[in-house]
Amino acid sequence: MFNVDALLKSLPIMGLGMLGIFIVIGLIMLIIWILGKAFPAKKDKQDN
Amino acid sequence: MAQLFSNFLNIDWSTQWPMVIMWIIGGVLIYLAVKKDMEPTLLLPMGFGAILVNLPFSGAVTQVGAEEGPIDVLFNAGIANELFPLLLFIGIGAMIDFGPLLSNPKMMLFGAAAQFGIFFTLSLASFLGFELKDAASIAIIGAADGPTSIFVSQYFKSNYVGPIIIAAYSYMALVPIIQPAVIKICTTKKERLIRMPYKPKTVSKTTKILFPIIITMVAGIFAPKSVALVGFLMFGNLIRECGVLNSLSESAQHELANLVTLLLGLTVSTKMQWQYFLRWETLMIMGLGLVAFIFDTAGGVIFAKILNIFLKEKINPMVGAAGISAFPMSSRVVHKMGLEEDPQNFLLMHAAAANVSGQIASVVAGGLILTLIQV
Repeated sequence: MFNVDALLKSLPIMGLGMLGIFIVIGLIMLIIWILGKAFPAKKDKQDN
Repeated sequence: MAQLFSNFLNIDWSTQWPMVIMWIIGGVLIYLAVKKDMEPTLLLPMGFGAILVNLPFSGAVTQVGAEEGPIDVLFNAGIANELFPLLLFIGIGAMIDFGPLLSNPKMMLFGAAAQFGIFFTLSLASFLGFELKDAASIAIIGAADGPTSIFVSQYFKSNYVGPIIIAAYSYMALVPIIQPAVIKICTTKKERLIRMPYKPKTVSKTTKILFPIIITMVAGIFAPKSVALVGFLMFGNLIRECGVLNSLSESAQHELANLVTLLLGLTVSTKMQWQYFLRWETLMIMGLGLVAFIFDTAGGVIFAKILNIFLKEKINPMVGAAGISAFPMSSRVVHKMGLEEDPQNFLLMHAAAANVSGQIASVVAGGLILTLIQV
């Protein structure tokens, strides 16, 4: 019932998946930072 | 007279008795929806659908030698091609205010960390003997995001779509029970008492409009398979934030989301026919779904504790738990726990930012799973 081979095959997917999420999220954080610098709230009339 | 009762007399109870179990399961789902208010918009249609499709020779689903049943027609038109979850994402995108996240982007890290349960469960399900495509579909229960679960499991043509969707929505409703227990196990009282002052920053309207557009482009470039999920979510958000489509935004948040949810719950029930549903694997999937939620929560909390080693201004690790996509339940749970520990500790806005980032991160996780696992 227990499939050690499948487990070993899935471990790189786990590693790549978590790495991928942090890379994409890091990129989004960078984009938010750039947007914040490029379009600061005071230049707009409508803020949140 | 015999003709009147011919259908009843033709039922072979010796082989079809399991449908009675499905009637009971349907009844339990309706009870949980009505009496316990557990995700009623989904569990009630699914409960009713479970009864509907498990009636003897039910005309609601395709029978051998008969024309296609209407629920199967809806399934092929809306779920087999992943249309319904995507349409629902427009409504969800229109409901989300990314403001707290845009003013406090570091909270996004918790959205990423709290997807750990997905990948842990993927490995565990593989170890337990599920095929990789099914293991991936089961793991995505940990996205705490119904449409993503449906999208991914349907993309992989998983054999367990019904149980996966039931598990995804059931555990989302159980977030207020699951998360506090896991948070308490992973944190000390001292950590739970950490105060986090809220310093809101204003966000320009231009930023709010550009954000969904740029995120869609980034997702499309780096994870093309996730672009449909991300794109529909962000399209809904763009309608909300552009300021000139208020009526469409209202329609997406209410009429569209309600209509799709209504059809989704009923349509999914075709996968709850007893022949597909009553298997040992269903129980295993329910267990694995719970594991995914537990490790998502633990992933977020432990990541916050690790960050605290390096930070001067400490983060309350409970906020990490809000990195799962169950919005807004998870942020409310964290806020409530904070207040229980210290009535002056207001964590809601921090938790909301982490929670909203969980919405994005869960969709990204779904896209990455589609990219990493080739079928």
